[in-house]
Amino acid sequence: MEHIVIIGNGISGISLARHVRKNSDKKITVISAETDYFFSRTALMYVYMGHMKFEHTQPYENWFWKKNRIDLLKGFVTKVDHENKTLLLNNSKSFSYDKLVIATGSKPNKFGWPGQDLKGVQGLYSKQDLDDLEANAPNNKVCKRAVIVGGGLIGIEMAEMLRSRNIPVTFLVREDSFWNGVLPSGESKMINEHILEHHIDLRLSTNLDKILADENGKARAVVIKETGEEIACDVVGLTAGVSPNIDFLKDSGIELSRGVKVNRFLETNIKDIYAIGDCAEQHEAIGSRRPIEAVWYTGRMMGETLAQTICGNPTEYKPGHWFNSAKFLDIEYQTYGWVFAGGPARKEYEEHFHWRHPKEKICVTIAFNKDTKEFLGINTFGIRMRHEVFDRWLTEKQDVDYVINNLEKANFDPEFYKHFEKDILSAYKNNLQTA
Amino acid sequence: MSNKLNHSMSLATPDAQDISTKQKIALAIGLIGLFILVLALFNVNFPNKGLFLTLSLGLITIGTVVYSRDAYLTKVKGIKNDGVWFKSISSRGAWGWAVGVILTIFYIVLYFYPQYLGLGKNGEANTGLISLFDPLSNLLSGRSASQWFVYGTLYTVAIFAFGYKFILKYRHNRYEQIRTISVMFFQLAFAFLIPEFMYRMNSNLPYYDLKSVWPLNYYIFDEWSVKGFLSNGNIGLALIIFGILSVFVITPILTYKFGKRWYCSWVCGCGGLAETAGDSFRQLSSKKMSAWKLERWLIHVVLVFSIVMTVGMVYTYLDNDGTKYWLTKGVFISIVIGFLTLVFAAVLYFKGKELGKDAKYGAIGFFVIVGLLLVMHFTGTTDEIFFIKGRKLRSAYGLYIGSIFSGVIGTGFYPILGSRSWCRFGCPMAAILGFQQRLFSKFRITTNGGQCISCGNCSNSCEMGIDVRAYAQKGENIVRSSCVGCGVCSAVCPRGVLKLENDSLEGRINPTEILLGNDVDLMNLVNKK
Ligand SMILES: Cc1cc2nc3c(=O)[nH]c(=O)nc-3n(C[C@H](O)[C@H](O)[C@H](O)COP(=O)(O)OP(=O)(O)OC[C@H]3O[C@@H](n4cnc5c(N)ncnc54)[C@H](O)[C@@H]3O)c2cc1C
Ligand code: SF4
Ligand code: SF4
Repeated sequence: MEHIVIIGNGISGISLARHVRKNSDKKITVISAETDYFFSRTALMYVYMGHMKFEHTQPYENWFWKKNRIDLLKGFVTKVDHENKTLLLNNSKSFSYDKLVIATGSKPNKFGWPGQDLKGVQGLYSKQDLDDLEANAPNNKVCKRAVIVGGGLIGIEMAEMLRSRNIPVTFLVREDSFWNGVLPSGESKMINEHILEHHIDLRLSTNLDKILADENGKARAVVIKETGEEIACDVVGLTAGVSPNIDFLKDSGIELSRGVKVNRFLETNIKDIYAIGDCAEQHEAIGSRRPIEAVWYTGRMMGETLAQTICGNPTEYKPGHWFNSAKFLDIEYQTYGWVFAGGPARKEYEEHFHWRHPKEKICVTIAFNKDTKEFLGINTFGIRMRHEVFDRWLTEKQDVDYVINNLEKANFDPEFYKHFEKDILSAYKNNLQTA
Repeated sequence: MSNKLNHSMSLATPDAQDISTKQKIALAIGLIGLFILVLALFNVNFPNKGLFLTLSLGLITIGTVVYSRDAYLTKVKGIKNDGVWFKSISSRGAWGWAVGVILTIFYIVLYFYPQYLGLGKNGEANTGLISLFDPLSNLLSGRSASQWFVYGTLYTVAIFAFGYKFILKYRHNRYEQIRTISVMFFQLAFAFLIPEFMYRMNSNLPYYDLKSVWPLNYYIFDEWSVKGFLSNGNIGLALIIFGILSVFVITPILTYKFGKRWYCSWVCGCGGLAETAGDSFRQLSSKKMSAWKLERWLIHVVLVFSIVMTVGMVYTYLDNDGTKYWLTKGVFISIVIGFLTLVFAAVLYFKGKELGKDAKYGAIGFFVIVGLLLVMHFTGTTDEIFFIKGRKLRSAYGLYIGSIFSGVIGTGFYPILGSRSWCRFGCPMAAILGFQQRLFSKFRITTNGGQCISCGNCSNSCEMGIDVRAYAQKGENIVRSSCVGCGVCSAVCPRGVLKLENDSLEGRINPTEILLGNDVDLMNLVNKK
């Protein structure tokens, strides 16, 4: 029986294992150093906030794995020997495979800041990070202030977590507005306001210089690069993005760049070794996607796809229309298709229509081609939209007028919610007249 | 693997989040109100009962209102679940157990030892707690209070005070707000006031909470009840006809259009209490597969019991002689069996395929009921069915199901089993509505394509113990008989994945293997096979 070994029990590795089991009888082993069972990384914040217990983040009950003959092995893979098709576990045990899948995810970025390895300085990625945060910041007496470095999705989640325990938070953001490399300015501004509403000390255009230690080697303050200001704190959260977690593959002969290089079949340069999820890097980006896609959904899709290949139905990774979602404190965000804030990704034909509610934190940005009027994508804040409808409209290449006139069909808010399609439509019409 | 080992003993907050001074004062006000009730319970004789009752209920309400306002209105609107698994009361800590024990004792006394609450025996005047409620009862219906009046009043106050809290907690969510106003209205008007006024108009009419439908209202077809209605002329007749229509016409139509939520989380009193006072405990329901299995057995056994018991009760007071009245024992049994057979055949014919393995269990249930009814018919006498007195069977049902299960366990165990253990494991009405919801209803919870991140907030919040995430992460709609449509899973989902809606039957159940967002050809290949 062919033995499929998967390193990493995250969403990509587990999606693969489940689909291989559905389609075949192969022997499956999943190795991970992090936890015994698959859990949802996206839910780590809710454990610290007390919305859930850690076991609630596990999407399958513990009996599931045995019942589906998916062997789970706890251990850290220190080496891959592709000539003998073996792995080295914890530097000691050897373990053989027929096909190997690397699904080792990411690790938080550290940019060589002085003091970045002090006690009390941490990222937020793994279960261990969660445990560390519980120890470093159990309440606002032990942690009188936390400083978060890096204004992205994980940074704002970390700020929300700490605020749930009334811990004062200073949030250092390199950009001049929150996440404005991704969000168009109107949206980004609205999130700035919302961050302040939550009594988070938001510092825009601010970089970290260094982290200072106390006599016990624990972080006691950060120094701001621009002003030299010293901010006293007990915890420093480093949330300036993530990068593939592939250090153990350095001299393995597997082609690496930032991530593990793969082709469209998710194969590496070495036969019978594949890579999926956060750690995989496409030779060439697919459409407007990035070569490394570190999101939940793409990890799952790569797992679904590779299972086909491994079970004898060679299938290219061919994701459909881009979608994503997040939540900024209390504001839900969804996106379908592409809305680019700026930079090289935004082509000169991409035009935006932006509508914002006069009082509530609700807004919509629709991107379209100003020459052909083709609808390109939508960002929504505080309004839920139907994935299925936007996916269809994108496939049909609907024009922007059609989308705005039919927006109601895509609304996914709970029943009895106020609808804003009429306001959006009239704003759009006004816009056309003034433009 | 608890991430947090030291449960805080504080009633209201985790150790990290100190309760504000205002909240402390509010808590104290509420406790003074409760303390007046406790004093009354221990026979402190208050001089002006009306005043002290008003004071007590007023303070409890004001305390809850002030507390809720300070807890929610001082913050930006949004999901407010911080610390629910840290607080002792809402995570089966010491406070949770303490409240559970107190509630359980209260229910046991209420059902079995009302004299300790001060119920006057044989027409004697009430004392203690019950006497405190006499002025209000006199005002409403002109008679002195009973333990049920005390219970009903406290129940209504609880739904109002905690309903207000719930409305503030979900002030960004109109579905939750409107639904809560609805349960508050039905509790006040239908369960509390109208029956009292009906008594005032006609004191011979049996107590009838119009929104309480058989088999939840298991005594409506009892002999005393039916006789009570029929001896009261047109209004009584109208009421009993309404009772029958509610079961066979109104309920199926509304459930078809809206799912069982129209009843369970918009109208029903048990549901009303669970959604308001029980809201803090919703996360405690077990999501395990084993709990689901237990649920399916238990609730259907109760359903069989309640059908057989009700038919048995009606049976005992019907005649054998068709010359006096057309509805004889034989005719009645034939009608019941005929009706059940019709339903069973229709389900198999239209939904047999969809049911798959469950059809077998349905068949077992059907034959058990019919078998029992036939045995009853051929062995029963005027007052004996299954060789025991019919009345005994009825009182056994009243005791074990009506009191112990629905009251003592259902509500007393809120802080242990979660807020809807009765609705989930025991309520025969929920079983019937659920059966219909699963098979003949437009209601479902739509899953939003591929947006689920498997975080588990939805499952955690489901008071009915449904593992909502198991469906959502597969891109599959949630069509479950037990879902009461409370909408909280949808509210707490951080990615906007869930929407409760009534839509066409086609595509309602949509098992998929590969979710929207992936390769279109792959989706077609895998999902269509
Ligand atoms: C706090 C947080 C919130 C997020 N929220 C969202 C969100 O809302 N939406 C979204 O789309 N994405 C979100 N993400 C990103 C998303 O979680 C990741 O894209 C996804 O989990 C990656 O899955 P994966 O299977 O590729 O890797 P991982 O989930 O990282 O799993 C890899 C596993 O492999 C193990 N491992 C690594 N190396 C070895 C080795 N040598 N030996 C043994 N085991 C090893 C790791 O310990 C880990 O358990 C979030 C991430 C974080 C940290
Ligand atoms: S599935 Fe959702 S709507 Fe249904 S009972 Fe559970 S939480 Fe309520
Ligand atoms: S449906 Fe929403 S709440 Fe439930 S697991 Fe998915 S993302 Fe989380």
